[in-house]
Amino acid sequence: MVQFFTSRLLQSVTILTIMSFVIFVLMGWMPGDPIDLMIASNPKMTPAGAAHLRDLYGVDKPIIERYLNWLLSALRGDFGYSRLHSRPVLDVMFPALQNTLVLLGCSFVLALSIGLPLGIFAASRPYSKFDYCINLLAFAGISIPPFWLALLLIIVFAVLLGVLPAGGLGVHSGAGGIWENLRFLILPVASLTIASVGSHTRYMRSAMIETLRQDYIRTARAKGLSHRQVLLLHALRNAMIPVATVVALDFGSLFSGALITETIFAYPGMGKLIFDAVMGNDFNLALVSLLFATVMTLSGNFLADISYVWLDPRLSYHRSDQK
Amino acid sequence: MYKIRRYLLCLSFIGWFASALAPALADKEELVIGITQFPSSFHPNINSMLAGSYIHAMTARPFTTYDKDWKLICLLCVQLPTIENGLAKIEHGPSGRDGIAVTYRIQPNATWGDGVPVSTKDVEFTWRVGRHPQSGVINIEFYRSLYKIDVIDSKTFTMHFDKVSFDFNAINDFQLIPAHVDAKNFDDPATYRNRTAFNTTPLNKALYFGPYVISQIVAGTSVVLQPNPTWYGKKPVFRKIIVRVIENTAALEANLLSGGIDMIAGEMGLDINQTISFEKRHGDDFNIIYQPGLIYEHADLNLDNPILRDISVRRALLYALNRSAISERLFNGRQPVADSSVSPLDSVFAKDLKGYSYDPKRAAELLVEAGWDRLKGGYRYNQAGEKLSLQIMTTAGNRTRELVEQILQSQWKAVGIDISIKNQPARVFFGQTVTRRTFSGLAMFAWLSSPENVPRTILHSSNIPTEENNYAGQNYTGFHNTEMDQLIDRIEVELDREKRRNLWHRLQEIYISDVPVIPLYFQAQSFILPKWLQGVQPTGHMYPTTLWVENWRVGND
Repeated sequence: MVQFFTSRLLQSVTILTIMSFVIFVLMGWMPGDPIDLMIASNPKMTPAGAAHLRDLYGVDKPIIERYLNWLLSALRGDFGYSRLHSRPVLDVMFPALQNTLVLLGCSFVLALSIGLPLGIFAASRPYSKFDYCINLLAFAGISIPPFWLALLLIIVFAVLLGVLPAGGLGVHSGAGGIWENLRFLILPVASLTIASVGSHTRYMRSAMIETLRQDYIRTARAKGLSHRQVLLLHALRNAMIPVATVVALDFGSLFSGALITETIFAYPGMGKLIFDAVMGNDFNLALVSLLFATVMTLSGNFLADISYVWLDPRLSYHRSDQK
Repeated sequence: MYKIRRYLLCLSFIGWFASALAPALADKEELVIGITQFPSSFHPNINSMLAGSYIHAMTARPFTTYDKDWKLICLLCVQLPTIENGLAKIEHGPSGRDGIAVTYRIQPNATWGDGVPVSTKDVEFTWRVGRHPQSGVINIEFYRSLYKIDVIDSKTFTMHFDKVSFDFNAINDFQLIPAHVDAKNFDDPATYRNRTAFNTTPLNKALYFGPYVISQIVAGTSVVLQPNPTWYGKKPVFRKIIVRVIENTAALEANLLSGGIDMIAGEMGLDINQTISFEKRHGDDFNIIYQPGLIYEHADLNLDNPILRDISVRRALLYALNRSAISERLFNGRQPVADSSVSPLDSVFAKDLKGYSYDPKRAAELLVEAGWDRLKGGYRYNQAGEKLSLQIMTTAGNRTRELVEQILQSQWKAVGIDISIKNQPARVFFGQTVTRRTFSGLAMFAWLSSPENVPRTILHSSNIPTEENNYAGQNYTGFHNTEMDQLIDRIEVELDREKRRNLWHRLQEIYISDVPVIPLYFQAQSFILPKWLQGVQPTGHMYPTTLWVENWRVGND
């Protein structure tokens, strides 16, 4: 067990170091720098002024030198300032992270609580009318482009019916504040949930159908167990193993945000933050945000590994124990 | 019976749910403005984004600015200094050449939000910050030239500039910083741009002296402003202004229709095509104002290209274009055709100069004169059998530009010029292709400028970006004309308005005659306002409408 944890930790540190270097270099290779943006918005900026600002912001130094400076500061716990937001990186990142967790967390829980039961239900009556109906809806959910769905929801519920805000973030406080703030979440959560319910349903359904074909399920039925007992006590746990992988990957994405949905609903989450940081050459913010998302994805995979052992006790943390 | 009761119950639940969700009717004491950009900093002299200027204009005032008629006026100062009124005096600068001393007096009742008077201490501190090479202030050239400030009393000061320029009294970008709040953050100038109170405590009302102070900021989403009780001017009408940032323009439009926002700012809102389309659908419900301005849309020509080096070809390119038809059909005539970089609204615009009207026959003649006299398959070739082929580039994803680009391509094809389109993401286009002059033919984009903006950075030969000067300068065409260089040098220092106008006339004459650039049109800003909002007066230049926010009111006149 200790060996397993140590090995995974070392792997994670190596991946993070490589990732930080790759992200830094790729961003450095992108054409243009922040000063170009300033020149575009200031017709009076002279070449000397632009050169001075490049020197001040250090964007004229070699990329390796800038990376090593960043790495040394980061190891001392100093992640620097965001150039785009003029505030410490962590101060910028945490509110966005909180917003993203609320948005994607709600959608994640909703999608799982709708998608998994629907998948199980569809698998228990394969190729029935009900199964076809669920499949149709699932494919629709997967196929609808997120931006289109988001705009459709805005047009129907905000513009035509006028019952929900078209976007933004609720910042009301006081007694009615929670409800007011929740109103802002309904459309983006619905948009994300509709898109992911379909895939969860499809994964669950196919894993369950596969499991229900196994010999031990036939044995359970032969023993006279009810359909519900077979489904929930014998099949579900085994069917969850492949689903756990998908859910673990989704867990990682909880921290990297949903760029399109956030942009359309003007929701200040991690997706938009990372995109703007990369496009705006905000190295500090982009690096820390992307590395944080990487850590969370690695953690999600780690949780998935642990859940495999819980779901299937035949698996072990020790390679030598596996048969 | 049971079914009916259940049906009624469902209906009443839906009714309750809808009413619970429905927002309260818009309070006219509150105004919600939609824009597409969130400022990177609330510091007025470090921020370079229009969004920052837009919000800052409600919370403070520059000493001077250009009004809606593009005339220089005082806002924070009491009287505009001129040579005639004796508040500006030519003197010897530190380098021995002529400089100028300009005296300003601060509005007597101007007071920071915490009650501390705006004073010359703030002027000195702002200057000290601007002069320091590590402070990160954008307008470096202004502070380099402003080498000394003499304080006369707590409200009066004299600025000493090391050169005399015609716009010596336009200190529009000298935005005051409160010394009593921010001086302690300047102890270490290198970290000032991160530690300034504008970034660490932007809700501190002592940072603002305009009609409004910032009372709430939700990063990336919104900024809430409330009236400043210490404001010395006309009392603003709105008890709360919320500036909401919605980057996606389709969502911005949906928010306007759903009542999520009351208006879309012209400075950072929908582009002209989106507004024209919006007007067709919802024009009766809103006041829509189109304001042509100083955003000059054009195609830079790479004059190192042997084809484009020939002036006949450059002129033929312009004669072949029906720019009036483009403006009329694509923009309902809202965006005036440009003949040079000087806007027709600018006081130095030369009305008598004629640009290039649509004349495909003349274009063909010029191309023949230039040696492109053989037609094969609809395209022109020279005697060496080379095809008259050019490449045009612009920012990918900008629908208006892509549309215009296709029309240009077809109009040039009509006179036998083969134009290929190669667009790039804005980041690559501006970050490398244009700035390093790697476009082979034409690069279409826009310049943002201010009234009577001297085109030194874009037309002076010392501003041609090269590897040797580390690609400094914005003369991306590579235009080199000795007379133009001299004119630019002379315009900058000519104080006599009439003489300067003559110099500008000659500058525009050369621009039209030499065609270093294909002028297209001046972009118009489009403001979408609610019917009940009055007093918003678009400027068309880089200084935003919010500088006069206290004149905005509710009414139907």
